[in-house]
Amino acid sequence: MRKSLLALAAGLLLAGSVSATSAADKLKVGFIYLGPIGDLGWTYQHDLARQALVKELGDQIETTYLENVPEGPDAERSIEQLVRAGNKLIFTTSFGYMDPTLKVAKKYPNVHFEHATGYKRNPNMSTYSARWWQGRYIQGLIAAKMTKSGVLGYIGSFPIPEVVSGINATMLAAQTIKPDIKVKIIWANTWFDPGKEADAAKALIDQGADVIMQHTDSPAAMQIASERGKLAFGQDSEMIKFGPKTQLTSILDTWGPYYIERVKAELAGTWKSQDSWGGLDSHMFAMAPYTNMPDDVKKLAEDAQAAITAGKLHPFKCPIVGQDGKPVECKGGDHLDDGQILGMNFYVKGIDDKLPGK
Amino acid sequence: MELIEAIILSVLAASTPLLIAATGELVTERSGVLNLGVEGMMIVGAACGFAGAWLTGSIFIGALFGIIAGTMMSLIFALMALGFAVNQVATGLALTILGVGLSGLIGAGFVGERITPAVHLAIPGLTDIPLVGRVLFGEDGFVYFSIALVVGVWWFLYRTRAGLILRACGDNHASAHALGYPVLRIRTFAVMFGGACAGLAGSYLPLAYTPFFIPGMTAGRGWIALALVVFSSWRPGRLVVGAYLFGAVTILQLHAQGWGIGIPSQFMSALPYLATVIVLVLLSRARSGGSTAPAALGTVFVPDR
Repeated sequence: MRKSLLALAAGLLLAGSVSATSAADKLKVGFIYLGPIGDLGWTYQHDLARQALVKELGDQIETTYLENVPEGPDAERSIEQLVRAGNKLIFTTSFGYMDPTLKVAKKYPNVHFEHATGYKRNPNMSTYSARWWQGRYIQGLIAAKMTKSGVLGYIGSFPIPEVVSGINATMLAAQTIKPDIKVKIIWANTWFDPGKEADAAKALIDQGADVIMQHTDSPAAMQIASERGKLAFGQDSEMIKFGPKTQLTSILDTWGPYYIERVKAELAGTWKSQDSWGGLDSHMFAMAPYTNMPDDVKKLAEDAQAAITAGKLHPFKCPIVGQDGKPVECKGGDHLDDGQILGMNFYVKGIDDKLPGK
Repeated sequence: MELIEAIILSVLAASTPLLIAATGELVTERSGVLNLGVEGMMIVGAACGFAGAWLTGSIFIGALFGIIAGTMMSLIFALMALGFAVNQVATGLALTILGVGLSGLIGAGFVGERITPAVHLAIPGLTDIPLVGRVLFGEDGFVYFSIALVVGVWWFLYRTRAGLILRACGDNHASAHALGYPVLRIRTFAVMFGGACAGLAGSYLPLAYTPFFIPGMTAGRGWIALALVVFSSWRPGRLVVGAYLFGAVTILQLHAQGWGIGIPSQFMSALPYLATVIVLVLLSRARSGGSTAPAALGTVFVPDR
């Protein structure tokens, strides 16, 4: 009885937020979103990609999405509902969906799954993520050129490798321009709380930072920087309307090309489980236009972007010296290997802060 | 000196929505009703407040929309919890879930839009006084209103006959009823007042704090407001202290991180909540300051007709 009630509830949920029509011969593609589509950040960008997919292959597929699905048991039920509704390829777009996706994938070997930012795979479950730290390196160059006080402000979400590698890439780039540059780091311990993000930006500016960078999801920090006449970088999406004279650039999550490529593979019957960790070269993310900076800084940024795209410049080029003054072991030849970046849990030299939990 | 002033200004802004929402809930609870839907009423207030300000270009009308939205939400609660005598805890939680959904629906068209935020006072001479000038004479209207609101509520509860009757309903609804007071009507008004305050507190976020609307922007502040009412042992004076203490710890932990004080940030983020628990323990241990929860809080009252 309880199970059928749950199924009924999940079914109602599905009926409520699904944008589906029925046509038997079309490939059904499902999406699970963590937040609301209107979050202007993470989920928003995934849905833009879904829309791009519909635009490209709309006559051969039909898409379904569920938004605001919490990570945990609800996720498993929602994924399973998408399977039962006939979806043959399902994108689960948050780290916390990893185990639920794997569980459902094992149960339904004939359905294919794509999980964002995780590390567990199965013959019918791929993973995909982006090398955002490449963009952070370019931001570090710009920030070092643009700062007058020599102090950068960095709002972190959680001290996980993805964020730590971003801080380090920024700092390594900035040090090539200004060797004694300082960065002040505030951990918000949340991905999304506009009020707290604004408070963190205020605190950083009050303490002397004049370029604000963030790894949290709302445009609040951009807005505060704009109010106070400072500079800032956007996050996940284009945030220039919150700071027309403030935004230097922004890392844009552009999942569209990947989604189109994977759906095409599914249509052609060539879909295989794989691990994609693409960067600027494979268009897994893009940089928003370089604005509010002099031409020479813009050129510097564009050159760096071209060099990274062409594989001539690696942000984590050895030798890299850790915070403790000891060189970091170089496993990837002349740069850190992917494993080291995916598991990064140290600060580089020059950051005079302590990594939480270290 | 400038840094101290900047910190005080941030604390004032961070504390204001908590103070307004908690003041409303304090009146509701004093009448004997436990409305756990503060977060839901706040978030709908945020969506409607932003919509109102965006459509009319006026922050004042936006705030009014927020108040009306919060009041309407509280009427749903009043109908269920007072009219049909449904369990108050369950109804309040349902109200929060409803509010989160509704705000997403109402706000969907306004995501990414911008408005001009509430203006800050500027009185020539007074606002320019170093250190205290901007704090006392340079804030936005919400900040001053929140102080006036809590003083007004204190005066109402302890200095007026109506306030006495409201407290009587919260402490012993049967006696209040026997004396001939319309318990349910009084409670309905108290619930509406709480809803109006929550709606206003919610509208503060998109109208003054971060002038844009995004679903989920209250980020749990309604729950903190609820905790503050308990923290204050249902007294307006302590509520002010609690709200500013919470705001201060929140802001200071951010600054401490910026200064590079080597305490884990996860601990720092938990600090405001930890402070709340510690003060609660101290208060309940103090001889005269023990909890003074309204005796009939959360109990259903069905008058025999």
